Amino acid sequence: MTALIRNRSVAEDTWRVLQAGDTISADGDVIVPLVMWREQQPIVADRGGSTGVWLGPADDPADIGQLPVLIAVHFPAFTDGRGYSTARLLRQRYGFTGELRAIGDVLRDQLHELARCGFDSFALREDQDPAEALRAFDDFSESYQAGADQGALFERRFSRERDAA
Amino acid sequence: MYLYDSIDQRLVNERVAQFRDQTQRFLSGKLGEDEYRPLRLRNGLYIQRHAPMLRVAIPYGLVTSEQLRKLAHIARVYDRGYGHFSTRQNIQFNWPALQNVPDILEQLAQVQMHAIQTSGNCVRNVTTDEFAGVAPDEIVNPFVWCELIRQWSTLHPEFGFLPRKFKIAVSGAIEDRAATRVHDIGLQAIRNDAGDIGFSVLAGGGLGRTPIIGHVIRQFLHWKDLLTYLDAVLRVYNRYGRRDNKYKARIKILVKELTPERFTREVEKEWEHLKGHEGTLVEKEVQRVASRFTAPAYETRLDDDADYEAYLALEPGFQRWVQRNVHPHRVAGYVAVSLSLKKTGVPPGDVTSDQMDAIAALADDYSFGELRVTHEQNLVFADVRKTDLHALWIALKAQGLATPNIGLLTNIIACPGGDFCSLANAVSIPVAEAIQRRFDDLDYLHDIGELDLNISGCMNSCGHHHIGHIGILGVDKNGEEWYQISIGGRQGINAALGKVIGKSVARDEVPDVVERLIETYIDHRDSEAERFVDVVNRLGIGPFKERVYDRAYT
Repeated sequence: MTALIRNRSVAEDTWRVLQAGDTISADGDVIVPLVMWREQQPIVADRGGSTGVWLGPADDPADIGQLPVLIAVHFPAFTDGRGYSTARLLRQRYGFTGELRAIGDVLRDQLHELARCGFDSFALREDQDPAEALRAFDDFSESYQAGADQGALFERRFSRERDAA
Repeated sequence: MYLYDSIDQRLVNERVAQFRDQTQRFLSGKLGEDEYRPLRLRNGLYIQRHAPMLRVAIPYGLVTSEQLRKLAHIARVYDRGYGHFSTRQNIQFNWPALQNVPDILEQLAQVQMHAIQTSGNCVRNVTTDEFAGVAPDEIVNPFVWCELIRQWSTLHPEFGFLPRKFKIAVSGAIEDRAATRVHDIGLQAIRNDAGDIGFSVLAGGGLGRTPIIGHVIRQFLHWKDLLTYLDAVLRVYNRYGRRDNKYKARIKILVKELTPERFTREVEKEWEHLKGHEGTLVEKEVQRVASRFTAPAYETRLDDDADYEAYLALEPGFQRWVQRNVHPHRVAGYVAVSLSLKKTGVPPGDVTSDQMDAIAALADDYSFGELRVTHEQNLVFADVRKTDLHALWIALKAQGLATPNIGLLTNIIACPGGDFCSLANAVSIPVAEAIQRRFDDLDYLHDIGELDLNISGCMNSCGHHHIGHIGILGVDKNGEEWYQISIGGRQGINAALGKVIGKSVARDEVPDVVERLIETYIDHRDSEAERFVDVVNRLGIGPFKERVYDRAYT
């Protein structure tokens, strides 16, 4: 069973991930591949349950169009770093504020960076211990560069100084 | 030297704790080999032929005497009493035990050092000119910009799993001593007509299997935009760089396949969204980082030293060393001094712990307690009083560090090669030594003049053979070691790739081949001012090839 971490706590997963070619059920929360999201909008619009969309590493977030409540980004291997850019684009360019979930080869040692790029939800690979994984968010207490989570260190530092003055 | 503030230190400490935890989980079987590998690589730890190899970062090559003493201590306690300086201005330890690496990192953190991103598919240690800050031809001191890039790239959340490694070099002088044209990104710091500092940006250069000279993708990038522009380049590369074949995964292949023009357009398109937004540098931040660098307290009005002139006149050995290993300095009365790590019989770049301690003491006495590691695997004391040169020379000679061969044939760049590296096809160090022994006559060596000879043990090109005036590449032929010879490569502002002269030769033939190349050069040069590489440029490889493969000479 895959464990889910959402907003830094272990959570229950009500979503089912569909593959291209699967039939979209009328009810229940499903995450559909981008191609299905684009080609079957009438079916998606008529559903009783919620519908999210998932992107493969080569998918362009610009192609989503109308943003759903949940977007997942698939990592075929944890060493494939394209999803980090996808996440930042969704958060920082396309203004996505819903649940952004990492799915696939999602491991404890990448959670800190994934979170910095805007992911707030993590469907861990089956062998991962969720309690252990939660510790990863505190691996680092600071960061130099801007991310989806906060501005660059120098920007925050100077703005604190301004506030203090 | 840049001095850490509390946050710089905290991040390094947290990386040590993180890596200790990762290593413990690996050793206890909780973390698999496939998951641990990229994590340890990102911390400079390879599993090599004999033992793990740990590569420690020396950001932009700058190191203090205190740090060098720590490296000496680590080599003594955790290794076999020596370290190896690499062409990327880092130091490598070839024999540490895996379980000790977290302790080594903790020791390094005590002196503001680390191994962060010295390997792995991420942004690596930024490199620069070994004469940064002191070179008379300098337009902009690159150190501050290097440190800003170091901070930006350190634990960058978006670019930790790039298609392949990513190397950035910065030069701020007229002459390019940082090999910016053969890096993934080369930054040439310049001033525009308005006097603003900026960078000419090159992308897609590199050596390896597919050597390419970088393309200028932006003529002038204002300093404020440095980091957002780097983000744009890296994002385009991260999203579109090839991941299906590791030999086609470097940015140079993306630039080539898209064409430089289209790659540039993609970067500009991405940058449109980032320009002026978060991460745009401000004067105050540049000043803050600049103020954390220690500044040497140069003495003014140093007296002319009559003794120095006398030593020059009387001691040919001293004169020869001054001629080759001493370099001009922007401050009157000061010079920069190269410590050659290319003494015959010693693997290029290797230094023992005792030598490191001695060098640290000399740096304290003669160069404000700092030194630099060069991409040619030597060391530099950047701020030496001219009046101290003779005393320093005597002291360096005693340590075997005064070989007067900087810029000459025996100043060989060589990777660790098949003796150590599991990637290598062939050995490098014994070949370097055989060549050094062949050219042991100092008068002849000086007569040959400027010559870069570079050796790589495989086509990953860690020994930069493509840009050697003479380049030697180890190749494997049915399990035997052979060597492919190229000539005419060069580094610097007119960087060029060497051309292969013909079929590979056996290991014991390499010194003969080099000798024939040199004889051909001597026969054809107009004057002593015309260097080997100039003659190759003028005549092509023809006469060289003819002589090397002519049976009459065998």
